[in-house]
Amino acid sequence: MRFNFLAVGLGFILQTAFLSIRGRELSRCPITNLFEVIIFVAWSVALFYIVVGPAYRLSLMGAFTAPVVALLQIFALIAPIDHPHRPKLPANSWLEFHASMSLVAYGAFALSGIAGVMYLVQERQLKTHHLHSIFFHLPPLTDLFAAITRLLWWGFVLYTLGLISGFFVGEPLPWPQIICAIGVWILYALILQGRYLRWFAPKRVAALCIVGFSAALTLLWGITFTAQTHTP
Amino acid sequence: MNLFCVGVSYHTADVATLERFGGNAEIDSLLRKSGCAEALLLATCNRVEVYGASESRVSTLDIARCLDRKIDIHASRESAPFYRYEDAQCVRHLFRVTCGIDSMVVGETEILGQAKKAYEAASSSGAAGSHLHRLFQRAFRVAKQVRTHTDITRGAVSVGSVAVDLAQKIFGDLRNCKVLVLGAGETSERTARALVSRGVADLRVSNRSGERAESLAQLTAARAVPFETWPNECREIDILITSTSSEVPLLSREKLAPTLRDRIDRPLFIVDIAVPRNVDIGVNDLAGVYLYDIDSLQSIAEQSLAMRREQIAAAEEIIAQHVGEFEQSMADGLNRAKGTAEHPAVGDGSLRASEL
Repeated sequence: MRFNFLAVGLGFILQTAFLSIRGRELSRCPITNLFEVIIFVAWSVALFYIVVGPAYRLSLMGAFTAPVVALLQIFALIAPIDHPHRPKLPANSWLEFHASMSLVAYGAFALSGIAGVMYLVQERQLKTHHLHSIFFHLPPLTDLFAAITRLLWWGFVLYTLGLISGFFVGEPLPWPQIICAIGVWILYALILQGRYLRWFAPKRVAALCIVGFSAALTLLWGITFTAQTHTP
Repeated sequence: MNLFCVGVSYHTADVATLERFGGNAEIDSLLRKSGCAEALLLATCNRVEVYGASESRVSTLDIARCLDRKIDIHASRESAPFYRYEDAQCVRHLFRVTCGIDSMVVGETEILGQAKKAYEAASSSGAAGSHLHRLFQRAFRVAKQVRTHTDITRGAVSVGSVAVDLAQKIFGDLRNCKVLVLGAGETSERTARALVSRGVADLRVSNRSGERAESLAQLTAARAVPFETWPNECREIDILITSTSSEVPLLSREKLAPTLRDRIDRPLFIVDIAVPRNVDIGVNDLAGVYLYDIDSLQSIAEQSLAMRREQIAAAEEIIAQHVGEFEQSMADGLNRAKGTAEHPAVGDGSLRASEL
């Protein structure tokens, strides 16, 4: 458990160092191409793990988080996506704020999805009475649910800030992007609403966190990969 | 000096025999009568063992005589089920005992506490000398190492502890959990006590006979709930333990479903330890409800036990290493002692020779 935390912490420090070097070279927030965006999301996931993990004593999340961060990093390093890309928009503080807030929110959504997977695994084991060795290590259902709620709130607030600041960037944005971004916002708003108004049982909230993050990731991909007119 | 262990355990004897030998033998009399230089008595409900150190061999019969409550040991001498381990075998046996490998429930840790108590008793009375000190200190170290490096003590192996473990897997901290115990039987009382010991503060008891509910409520500092109104409690409680003698199920899916609508965000853990079952199996299909009956609890306990047994090989490896080291350290100690006693100047001489 402690090893997990230390490993993720060390990785986080190295990621931070990389991003700051890149940022200095570019003289702007290092999210100008897909490679940097993926590293930035991986960094955000690690950041939220460090913030949320110990708070709920869910250090086992490290065992689930570390592979996700590692996969993102490996993909970013192996895939030929690190093309120097001069964004069309000049660096302005609204754009940087919009992009970085949205990506940090992605980190929180990713971690809520990871906690969602853990919840579903634990729930299934308890429901079917098939308790495998992993059972001994997974956090309790109610703790996982509390962590999911907390991460959803973090992600939602940051994503809202990112979304609002997007309107101040100064350039007209393509409509499909705006609609998709608002769609993701509505999806997360509904998940949170459903959680508090008891529309959904915790199991459904956990499943929706996975669905939500998949949708958000598809949107991010779409924004950075196809619509090159705008840095996320 | 020769280390040995003489004993009877559940492996070799029935309860009556264990009771007969586990009488009130005292270490002093053991030392005096048997002729051991050092002795330690480990008596639990599953074993009676004497660990000793002596210059000359002390016979098993002499030890047995000291332990026996009956005076005429000869009458049952042939059938006396004593085992005996010497030196390395004795060391290995003690390590296995303190690690819980030799216990009826593999990996139980109670035996370690009992061994520590026995050791303290022998130490304070002066019956344990340097040999037994070293042996037992090492045994406690081995037990600790085995516990941290293997999974031999992991998992609950009794129905009550499995239920408590599951509750913790669902709710984490049990201090804020509300528990209703339905039926005031012995098993439900034990489970309720186990939950209270893990921090449950809000305990409610309901029983057909109000008197028994009241008495259990008093015993466990719980609140008695009239039997007619217990279904209403399902809106509030987190854990339900049922153990009534009802022939028909008291709780069905149809009965519980409307209650759950108000508490969709909180899980409900139901432990049905009654035979025949008090809760219809279909209840487990409801979202957020986790129903365990006595069979499933027992099967989890058996799984844990099987998993513990799988860990024995890893534990034996650690033990074998320590037995080797212990034997070596004893031999070194012996040689040093001999060297000092017989040739006090040899060491100095050889050192000087090599320097030259």
